[in-house]
Amino acid sequence: MKYLTADFGSTYTKLTAIDASKSEIVGTSTAFTTIETDVMEGYNFALHQLEEKIGEFCYDQLLCCSSAAGGLAMVALGLVPELTSKAAKMAASSAGAKVVRTYAFEISKAEQAEIYDINPDLVLLCGGTDGGNKEVIVNNAKKLCEIDRSFSVIVAGNKSASSDIESIFSDSEKDYVITENVMPEFNKLNIEPAKQKIKELFISKIVDAKGLSKIQNLTNSEIIPTPLAVLNGCELLSKGTEQTEGLGDLMAIDIGGATTDVYSISDGRPTFDNVMIKGLPEPFNKRTVEGDLGMRYSLYSLSNEIDLNALSEEIKVDVKDIVKWIEICKTSPNTLAKKNSIYQTIEEGLAKYALKIAVERHVGKMESTFTPFGQMYIVSGKDLTQVNLIIGIGGVLVNSINPIKILDAAKADKQNPMLLKPKQPNYLLDRKYIFASMGLLSAVDAELALTIMKREIT
Amino acid sequence: MNQKTIVTGVIGADVHAVGNKILAYALEEAGFKIVNLGVMVSQEEFIEAAIETNADAILVSSLYGHGEIDCHGLRDKCEEAGLKDIPLLAGGNLVVGKQNFEDVEERFMQMGFTKVYPPNTQLETTINDLNILFGK
Ligand code: B12
Repeated sequence: MKYLTADFGSTYTKLTAIDASKSEIVGTSTAFTTIETDVMEGYNFALHQLEEKIGEFCYDQLLCCSSAAGGLAMVALGLVPELTSKAAKMAASSAGAKVVRTYAFEISKAEQAEIYDINPDLVLLCGGTDGGNKEVIVNNAKKLCEIDRSFSVIVAGNKSASSDIESIFSDSEKDYVITENVMPEFNKLNIEPAKQKIKELFISKIVDAKGLSKIQNLTNSEIIPTPLAVLNGCELLSKGTEQTEGLGDLMAIDIGGATTDVYSISDGRPTFDNVMIKGLPEPFNKRTVEGDLGMRYSLYSLSNEIDLNALSEEIKVDVKDIVKWIEICKTSPNTLAKKNSIYQTIEEGLAKYALKIAVERHVGKMESTFTPFGQMYIVSGKDLTQVNLIIGIGGVLVNSINPIKILDAAKADKQNPMLLKPKQPNYLLDRKYIFASMGLLSAVDAELALTIMKREIT
Repeated sequence: MNQKTIVTGVIGADVHAVGNKILAYALEEAGFKIVNLGVMVSQEEFIEAAIETNADAILVSSLYGHGEIDCHGLRDKCEEAGLKDIPLLAGGNLVVGKQNFEDVEERFMQMGFTKVYPPNTQLETTINDLNILFGK
């Protein structure tokens, strides 16, 4: 069997040719994606380049994923911020969406306008446990109908409200689907059904809207969101197959142009004694996306999160030069920093903070409370202190002379012992950017995908 | 089906877990839907759980003697969060030592509690009261 995988990104189309009989990647190629005109152009160009390198490639199966045209943009609505809103966000993120905003309680006029401006592809509407609060989710359904945009709605809230919600949406123009509650009982997470519906809608609605239907015609396997492919790749590498063992608990961090994504495959249960667990349980395969942390489109918002003077001192580069680089990237996002230039130093310094902030938002936290009887610890979120493998993904890391220096920002530091970051991680790099490709391949030949990942991710 | 939902938990930094489990079990047996938050529950957690589950009452336990401080302001926060007139019940060993219960009750009622129970209250009493509260 020969497989070709295609990853349609916002700026690039990446092809990977795999030969199962040799258990290896026989070639890769990259071309600019021209989403405004036609994705086929980018695809054909990349294919041409690939065949120039390796000769004619007659594949048996084409597997595709896409984050083109900004990826799968979603907003999530819930009731209480720390409960169903958080559950909704987790469900959408782990389905591979970019969750632009998360809302709690009844949305306001201003928030309706904000959703109009975001113009999401999909909206996930949650709220209330089964038999719990109905009022807010019902009112939010009405308010979503008032927003004059063509998004589809996935309803995954209080089941007792579903008939009310059904009649609201069926009287409107909105396309909708109702599925199981993301939080059927208090503090019980049930995100798989919502995740599945997001995937189905992506295939049935979004693929067409993003101009990918011509690609879909080339293959009989379904196009999935790229982050979902990456998450599937991470899961396979961690858990292995029935025959072959995986690498165990791991984290992967993908520093991109627009977002920084963090993946963790681990149960994340507290690894020390005398603690209380609080808050919503989190998924074994967890993904978080930081839309404000990225090396190009989100560089400006990233720079607002960091102290540039401190960075300047740390990397020994004038603040003026840092600011200049941020401006350059803003005006021409296709700029690449020259190897060994001062801009590469800046780029890596900024990448380190993107990674640090993204990881700190992903991991669990420990809080010490001073009770009348002494100190106690309360843990919320995933304890990843014992995860000993971190995989770096993305151009900045792969092209860096010293990627460890950037990746080290994911490690637990003494100044912030309350953040449950890995204590003694080893680092690997996805040098050929094969995670998405292998995630796609895992659906048809997991053993092959695992063999290749173990060899190529070093 | 009109099953009433009750949020239970032990407030503050209190770790006495046994009574909470028994209480939750007994109330469930009596036909209520119980959302049990366990021990070391903050006021905010009681409120968030009550909103999300559309609870009909909040039942606060305190065993270690600091109940009065821990319960202070709970009613105001409930009002603020839109849990208008939700019944608030408290029991356990609410205060330190053997104080005159009428005084303790008086102070808890002042704080906006609906029902307050002395140590060694029979659970049947509470279940009975709850049924009356819910108009059964
Ligand atoms: C076991 C125990 C502990 C264990 C708890 C283990 C655990 N994780 O559960 C440990 C050793 C940790 C402990 C610690 C402390 N304890 Co202690 N502990 C006890 C003990 C011996 C038994 C508690 C128990 O499980 N009882 C059995 C259950 C079934 O009964 P219950 O808890 O009272 O609950 C029932 C009723 O109260 C009622 N109820 C409870 N809530 C509500 C609410 C409503 C609305 C209603 C109607 C009824 C109701 O229904 C429950 C079920 O029947 C009691 C003494 C006693 N005999 O009660 C002291 C006792 C509760 N502890 C006490 C104290 C002081 C402490 C400490 C402060 C000691 C210290 N200085 O360190 C710490 C506090 C730690 C903390 N942060 O909470 C005092 C409290 C005094 C007070 N309130 O005035 C007690 C009464 C002992 C005493 N006589 O001094 N304790």
